Amino acid sequence: MSIEWYVVLSSLLFAVGAMGILIRRSPVVILLCLELMLNAGNLALVAFSRMVGNQQGQVFAVVVMVVAACEVVVGLGLIVAIFRRKLPLDVDELRELRG
Amino acid sequence: MSATAWAWLVLLLPLLGSIAISLSFRAIPARVAGAIGTAAIGLAFLCAIAALVNLLGEEPDARHHASSLWDYASAAGLDIKLGIYVDQLSTFMMLVVTGVSTLIHLYSVGYMKSDEGYHRFFSYLNFFVFSMLLLVLAGNFVLLIVGWAFVGFASYALISFWYRRTTATKAGMKAFVINVVGDIGLVLAAFLIFRELGTFEYGEVFAKAPEVFAKGEWTITAICLLLLVGAFAKSAQIPFHTWLPDAMEGPTPVSSLIHAATMVTAGVYLIARTHVLFYLAPTAADIAAFVGLATLLIAGTIAIAMTDLKRAIAYSTMSQIGYMIMGVSIGAYAQGLFHLMTHAFFKALLFMAAGSIISAMANRQDIDRMSGFWKAMRFTSLMLLVGGLALAAFPLTSGFFSKDSILAYAEARGGMYTWMAIGGYVGAFLTALYTFRLIFRVLPGKPCKEAQHLIDTGELYHGPAINPATEELEDAEVGFPGAHHHIAEQSWPMAVAMALLGFGALFAGLIQVPGVDNVLFGFLEPAFHDSPLAAIHPSVGAEWRGLAIGGAISLLGIATAWLLWAQRPGLPAAFRQRFRPLYELAVNKWYFDEAIDFLIVRPALATGRFANSVFERFVVDGLVTGTKETVSGAGGLVRVVQSGFVRSYALLLIAGFAGLALYFLLSSS
Repeated sequence: MSIEWYVVLSSLLFAVGAMGILIRRSPVVILLCLELMLNAGNLALVAFSRMVGNQQGQVFAVVVMVVAACEVVVGLGLIVAIFRRKLPLDVDELRELRG
Repeated sequence: MSATAWAWLVLLLPLLGSIAISLSFRAIPARVAGAIGTAAIGLAFLCAIAALVNLLGEEPDARHHASSLWDYASAAGLDIKLGIYVDQLSTFMMLVVTGVSTLIHLYSVGYMKSDEGYHRFFSYLNFFVFSMLLLVLAGNFVLLIVGWAFVGFASYALISFWYRRTTATKAGMKAFVINVVGDIGLVLAAFLIFRELGTFEYGEVFAKAPEVFAKGEWTITAICLLLLVGAFAKSAQIPFHTWLPDAMEGPTPVSSLIHAATMVTAGVYLIARTHVLFYLAPTAADIAAFVGLATLLIAGTIAIAMTDLKRAIAYSTMSQIGYMIMGVSIGAYAQGLFHLMTHAFFKALLFMAAGSIISAMANRQDIDRMSGFWKAMRFTSLMLLVGGLALAAFPLTSGFFSKDSILAYAEARGGMYTWMAIGGYVGAFLTALYTFRLIFRVLPGKPCKEAQHLIDTGELYHGPAINPATEELEDAEVGFPGAHHHIAEQSWPMAVAMALLGFGALFAGLIQVPGVDNVLFGFLEPAFHDSPLAAIHPSVGAEWRGLAIGGAISLLGIATAWLLWAQRPGLPAAFRQRFRPLYELAVNKWYFDEAIDFLIVRPALATGRFANSVFERFVVDGLVTGTKETVSGAGGLVRVVQSGFVRSYALLLIAGFAGLALYFLLSSS
């Protein structure tokens, strides 16, 4: 298969993730969408790696997974903390940082 | 040990005393603090005597030594050492300062006994003596300035010693500010000296000055005039004198030590020390002599009108320092210093006696309230009389010989200096007049309420604790005078100190009787060999003629005072009526305070107000507010973006990246 398919799939996944972040208000779903965007990036990295013929892109993908895992830990931790303090699980309600 | 080693000890002991008292004031009782303070100065006096003995063992022309401990500041072309200069002049000053200070410390042990700030007082007093010794022993102009400024601070701290009295703190500030004006003059003079001669060390400056400067050149005149600003401010000469009468707000031992015997003579010392420079600048020296003459006459007239006992003596101090300044400026160096010494004795004594009387008056200082103390306090009255006789130059007392030696020199130098001698004799008449005005009003007559109380009960009269200047009520806590007062009759340290000073006031003149002995001038004169003016000597006959005139004038003044204030007490009131403007002039201190207020203080205040209302509001505030407005305006623009909606941040982020990507895509193709 030519590289275009992979890139198109990756772009679609990224767009889906981005749209999800923009329109959903639940922090859990936003986190999931973030993962989707990261993995879209991973897909593109692996595809290009195959195309070029070396392993650097794949190594990058692994690194991105590690970062994604960390990010999930922090994000879920935040969500649990929000839940524990009986705050609304809605990013539009949590806007104390308004300047 | 060498003379310089002893001099270092002289310098060290008061400093150690001050530090020891101030560090241990919680641990040691008041008596011990007084003992430490007095002992430190007493030991310093002994060391000063040792230095003198050492110096006397040398050839008269080799009696000058410089010694330095370490480099104070060392940089390109500049080498300031922490050094002292011991010669006849500094040894003489060292002896006078430590000697009189010892007695005044002893007096304070009794006088300040009930005061809550006893430790602080002795710590300050020791610090003052250290500063004064640093001033007279300094081996270069930098260290001189250090001592000069320290002395000013010590004076400020001691004038404001009763720091809860508003009048005292204000007087302290006034003294400090005027002294700082003098400091500025001295510092600028030192800068000029360094620019022209490239050194601060006394020895080098005085050796180089005659080679570098032509006589009467403007630079050396400027240097001397700047030195004079310092000398006048410290020595309370016109027009820098207004702080001295106000300084009488301090405790009486302070008035006695700082504002009569030692600190205010620093200007005399300075002119004597830099006599080489003043010889090269005759204009400046003549200005100094005229200012001295003007001060001695003006202060003399004011002293006649003052009704405050201590302030009257303070004006007398100004007047006597006028004699000294005039003396050292016209070339009568040793004579001026001789008067400095005798003045230290009799003026310290007068203040001590005044302090004793003020104690008996429950802190009142107004001579209109006083009378009849001869019956109530015999010893104090006797000492007041002794001090008064010496001040009025009564024949054979110390002031008689010292004052007339200056005037005889002025006459011998001739020319316009003869007129100065005549002015000096007029001043001598005023001196006798105001001195015996005080004595005739305080000592004889029917005892006043306070004196009668002392005679009847043997105890001091205690009125309500008030500030004598403003009649405000006070308490006896720290910051105000102590609850109990002490008079010489009931306190042996005060009596001992006064008796010793009384002895000095009567007989110190006998070390320098024209044609009989020459102890003091013989010792001092080698220090002034480099000035041809010191070689002028009035003949013995001329000196005795001067002494006869001086003695006659003194007796005349005393007789006039007796006539006016003892014999016919109605006369002064009649005079006051007849010569109303003259009296007004004198009692308002020749309007010097008002003139300074009008010429300097008001314009300074007006400038300040202008700066506050116009410059501050429009320029400074404009700059500050403008900056603030700019920053907050820019912030307001950026703030809009910070909505708090996470999703809008995300949208901005994504849109931004999308925009960037589009840009690169479009620009690359």
